[in-house]
Amino acid sequence: MFENPTSRRQFFVAVGSLGAMLAVRSAQAQVAANPAAFGAAIGKVTGGAEVKKGRVKLDIPPLSENGNTVATSVTVESPMTAKDYVKAIHLFAEKNPQPNIISVHLGPRAGKAAIATRIRLADTQTVTAIAEMSDGSFWQDTGDVIITLGACLEDPV
Amino acid sequence: MARALINVPAQAKRGEIITIKTLISHTMETGFRHTSVGATIPRDIITTFTCTYNGEEIFRADLFPAMAANPFITFTTIATGSGTLVFNWTGDNGFTATESSTITVE
Repeated sequence: MFENPTSRRQFFVAVGSLGAMLAVRSAQAQVAANPAAFGAAIGKVTGGAEVKKGRVKLDIPPLSENGNTVATSVTVESPMTAKDYVKAIHLFAEKNPQPNIISVHLGPRAGKAAIATRIRLADTQTVTAIAEMSDGSFWQDTGDVIITLGACLEDPV
Repeated sequence: MARALINVPAQAKRGEIITIKTLISHTMETGFRHTSVGATIPRDIITTFTCTYNGEEIFRADLFPAMAANPFITFTTIATGSGTLVFNWTGDNGFTATESSTITVE
């Protein structure tokens, strides 16, 4: 029974390293944050202008079981008159393979700046909503979402 | 032809802010997924959605792969007069879909 103790030890070492390999692989499979692409996507919208906090309200569930459909709504405080209105609302996800989610273009005809949609999130992350006003100012709100099962990871067809 | 669901109030008072809900059946394949043999599944998404009210564009959205399958979008507009709202979706691989609905404004 004990004639070959090393094989038993080797077995556990091998199993251990296999586990470590799997852990590394699953970490690689998770989408890494790409701050450069995230910053570039926001910069493309704002043109380098300062983005202030406030006026925007991002309504997103703090915990979502399924990253494939996350109900999201954005409202922006604005009188929505011909002189002062929300030109556009942009949504960004920092840890998706591509940071852009949706860009909507509004006008004073909208009456109020309120949109709702369903988005995909690859991982637990922060979602950013940026509103572009007619006077050229930018406002933002962020929401943290915990995703139990991310999008893009389901078995393909 | 993709199935689309549009919810626009049939009647509204002049100047009232109405909410419009739209949903269209579409897989919104992201282009980031792979088959079991490792080949990339090509991207197939809706890229643009527009809504016109009596010929005037009132809403436009640029969609990206991070939109959920069967894109659902709600937005608002001011009921200015009776007429037709036309909804148009365009996307990859020449995808287009058009729906319209009428509204009576008193």
